[in-house]
Amino acid sequence: MAEHTLAPPLSEVDVRKLTLEDSVLINGTVFGIRDATQIRIFDEGIQPPVDLSGSVCLHTAPGVRKLPNGKYEKLSVGTTTSTRMDRFVPGLLERYRVRALVGKGGLSQTSVDAMQKFGGVYLAIVGGAAALETMQIEEIEDVWWEDLMPECLWKFRVKNFGPLVVAIDSLGHSLYRNVQELAAERIRQFGFG
Amino acid sequence: MTPSDSHSTPDIHIYETLELVARDLYIKALQEIPPDVRAGLSHGLETEKCDGNQTAGRILLVILDNIRVADEQKTLVCQDTGLPIFKVLVGERLNIDIARLKESLRRGCVRATAERPLRSNTVHPLTRKHTGTNTGHGIPVIKLDVVPDSDLIEIQMAPKGSGSENMSFLKMLNPSEGVKGIKKFVLQCIFESGARPCPPMIVGIGLGGTSDVAMSLAKEASTFRHIGSRSSDPDVAKLEEELLGKINETGIGPQGLGGTTTAMAVNIEWAHTHISQNPVAVNIQCWRGERAEVVLDGNGKATWK
Repeated sequence: MAEHTLAPPLSEVDVRKLTLEDSVLINGTVFGIRDATQIRIFDEGIQPPVDLSGSVCLHTAPGVRKLPNGKYEKLSVGTTTSTRMDRFVPGLLERYRVRALVGKGGLSQTSVDAMQKFGGVYLAIVGGAAALETMQIEEIEDVWWEDLMPECLWKFRVKNFGPLVVAIDSLGHSLYRNVQELAAERIRQFGFG
Repeated sequence: MTPSDSHSTPDIHIYETLELVARDLYIKALQEIPPDVRAGLSHGLETEKCDGNQTAGRILLVILDNIRVADEQKTLVCQDTGLPIFKVLVGERLNIDIARLKESLRRGCVRATAERPLRSNTVHPLTRKHTGTNTGHGIPVIKLDVVPDSDLIEIQMAPKGSGSENMSFLKMLNPSEGVKGIKKFVLQCIFESGARPCPPMIVGIGLGGTSDVAMSLAKEASTFRHIGSRSSDPDVAKLEEELLGKINETGIGPQGLGGTTTAMAVNIEWAHTHISQNPVAVNIQCWRGERAEVVLDGNGKATWK
């Protein structure tokens, strides 16, 4: 288990170095995306207004307060379950060259295959640890598609964001799959299979 | 003793007090993790350290660190402000207007949402239109019961998050499937939930009753029972112990990334059931185990637990 500190934009080489259970901290830009953001990109076919190549995207809809100068103040930023947005993963990687997704709950085998093919990783954050996550977000730098509030496209500046666990690497491995296979085996051994 | 002697009339401001208490319960539950949950998480960390599981240990450290940050900075532990649920036990000797009590609890939720402010989660199930207040038709959920020989109001409040609530299950098993069928169903639910309910979790199980009662008992078990408590029925207590052991043996672990701390507790609540029924309900609470408790006397004096 190695420890890494990464600063996006990330190259394919950067993410291919990461292996299961490595610990990752991120400094710099992280984009926030959620269901509605990706429905707009993929189902409505609207290009994202910002270049996402090499980016790290976080599955979130932050709690924010709008300030008189038009900027947003963070109130509580946490992570939502990634499983719901699984179908967008191959498109994010292939078409927009996103290199890392940060979420909780894991992704399907289709996404694991896409990570391997296009060079991407899934970094597990601790779900529910919003107090810490909010503190690690230094500023909300930009926001697009405010009509989707709170599921806009967010640009956060983060410092020592994590620790994140490499839960799906770019070599076809998934920690979730390993754990599920073990759990299924144990349940069979109980005689409940 | 005449009826007038055995009943007490509460302070005239009791309903305003209840409104403020409901507001503060909602905010406290989101900011302060209960002591039994903290102990459960710390125990999990020790277990994972002994097992040498670095990933699981790291996750539990982050969780405990997150709780510390929320304590110090008075911030929300998790961004999910949940759906508000109240469990209210009213002393039978108190002459309280139940309709006004319920309205006070609702108003407390509206005030917490506006004044803190909190993200509102309540939407219409078909139109998905937001109410913006964390209240609405049937929300807050209020579970009310009357306690004999008491003139107190005991309130427990839980803002139930969706990640764990979405992992709810009910099965009307055949009586012939017996206890083995119950165990098998619970293990299947845990397997199916995997990483999604934010383990290490509290597993609530409702046995018996009718279908709705089973589900309600499961919620009571996951949300209002304390970690470390055991059922007073020895057979049920034995099943709690056995299932906790088996769930942790699955190796799902903290956040579903492997380890032995999958659940901090398995709590079972039960009711008698029909000769031809064997209902089993499962409801899960996430690691946050959010819950706040207060006791009010008739003068509106609050004792926070």
